Amino acid sequence: MWKFVVRRLLITFPQLILLSLIIFLMAQAMPGDALTGLVDPNLSFEAKEELREKLGLNAPWHVKYAEWVSGVVQGDFGESFRFKMPVTELLEQRLWNSFLLGVMTLVFTYVIAIPLGIISGRYNDTILDSSITGYTYIGFATPLFIFALIMLFVFGYQLQWFPTSGSVAPGLQPGSMEYILSKFNHLLLPALSMALIQTVSTVQYLRSEIVDTKQREFVITARAKGASESRVYNKHILRNSLLPIAAFFGYEISFLITGTLFVEQIFAYPGMGLLFLESINLRDYSVVNAVVLLFGAAAIFGALLSDIILSIVDPRIRIK
Amino acid sequence: MEMKQIEAQTQDPTKSPSGLKILWRELVRDKVALFSLILLLLIMIFVYGVSFILDQDEIVKVDLFAIHQPPSEEFILGTDYGGRDVFGQLIIGTRNSLTIGFAVTLISGIFGIAFGLIAGYFGGHTDNAMMRVLDFFQVLPFTMLVIVFVSIVPKYTILAFCLIFAAFSWMGIARLIRSKALQEKELDYVQASKTLGTSHPKIIFKEVMPNISSLIIVTLTLNLAANIGIESGLSFLGFGFPESTPSLGTLLSYATNPQTLEFRWWIWVPAAVLILVLMLLVRNVGEALRRATDSRQRRG
Repeated sequence: MWKFVVRRLLITFPQLILLSLIIFLMAQAMPGDALTGLVDPNLSFEAKEELREKLGLNAPWHVKYAEWVSGVVQGDFGESFRFKMPVTELLEQRLWNSFLLGVMTLVFTYVIAIPLGIISGRYNDTILDSSITGYTYIGFATPLFIFALIMLFVFGYQLQWFPTSGSVAPGLQPGSMEYILSKFNHLLLPALSMALIQTVSTVQYLRSEIVDTKQREFVITARAKGASESRVYNKHILRNSLLPIAAFFGYEISFLITGTLFVEQIFAYPGMGLLFLESINLRDYSVVNAVVLLFGAAAIFGALLSDIILSIVDPRIRIK
Repeated sequence: MEMKQIEAQTQDPTKSPSGLKILWRELVRDKVALFSLILLLLIMIFVYGVSFILDQDEIVKVDLFAIHQPPSEEFILGTDYGGRDVFGQLIIGTRNSLTIGFAVTLISGIFGIAFGLIAGYFGGHTDNAMMRVLDFFQVLPFTMLVIVFVSIVPKYTILAFCLIFAAFSWMGIARLIRSKALQEKELDYVQASKTLGTSHPKIIFKEVMPNISSLIIVTLTLNLAANIGIESGLSFLGFGFPESTPSLGTLLSYATNPQTLEFRWWIWVPAAVLILVLMLLVRNVGEALRRATDSRQRRG
């Protein structure tokens, strides 16, 4: 067990270093540097060069990389030239919003996916199963952004059940009951849009897993012993089929990251995804780099977490 | 039963049908898939044919006297915020989205297949090292990196877009091909070929690859559906095609304007429906092919 965890961790560190190198090279390829936007544009070329030298911007790349990494490790991502404030402070506000959206989406995903998967697997080849399979088939072919647009159009504009933009109604006191309710209300539609598309793979997985397990010998044995149908499902089949799903949530982070880009854009929800898109359009590259680095690291740690949980749940993985 | 007998008579009984033949036979037998394939071909013929007549420069020209017109006889599907004909943009957009879909699927496919075959065929340390690289690419936030690269590339062209897109989307097919190649290399024909002294590249590409061709075709078809969706998503966010080249996603991106979303359905609904239909059709074909590769799920 511990051997597997250590080996898996040994893969994670090179991944993080590679990610940071890619982002650093991206930053080098981006037009302008830390000085752009900070100084008076009327300054002469020589004066600017002198400033660059003093700030260490003309240093060789490995020195710059080392400096950048040591800054990042201490939580210093530089300045955002659009907001004229440290990127870290800017991220703090947005990170919280995206985190809430992510958690809400995961909750919805599991609340929807698990019952549907169980019904579909237990009563396979009935009308109920075919309609759930139909939903997953269409859901698999539907791009998230189209589905989110339709949700916004139907429930936001036509029925007006939900707010259509923002993360909270203006003018509310943070911490008050109304504030929390309003935040929750703003989260529902974006999170539901993402969850309804994200459930698809989990439902399919759970269904085929249950249909497979149903024919195993230990299930037949359980039936032969006279175990009731609900006991066969809850104690024997689901225990085998549900655990891997619990482990997959780390992998879901990659999907959530892509999802936040589209959903936050469509619902004008001020999170990291929207910040990323705004910043790249305004060429505020220090923010872009910070967001890519954070999301990339989140995906790497998510995969790590899932692999470790899976190895606990499923011993076969450890032996490999 | 009758069909089977006739087939058995017409074919050489000592020879089992090739993988491609089985795929085709299953596809024709699956009514939904066959219908999807025919409809898909009709859409493609129509879109590529009509776009020959349509002049792209004419369609993307701004006409300030015809802004946001609802559908009429002059403009079948109305106009957008620049007074441009939505119907024309829809046709050209579909053509562009399909072309990009094919190009990206092909480029990422070629690389992914080669990567998977080599990793799987050699196995051992080679496989281990190559899979670590693959794992890394797979965990990267794909959409974000494509967006960043698209916006920092100095000379942004459609080819550049295809290459960036493909650079981050070869992993899925590579993983599948690799696991199949791992099984395949244990088979007798590969061992025999090795004993005869055939070179590795020849075994990989002339002997192993043709044997897994059905898996390759299935995966490429399913990837095509996914790539059409991703491309329209990137164009929707504004990081797909260079400007002035309409795509299906571009039409949908007009719907980020609440006014357009709420009151001007003719701009975004047709594009949304078209993307959904295209993806479903391609998937239907792909799923039918996938069933055909699995002998347990075959119909005949």
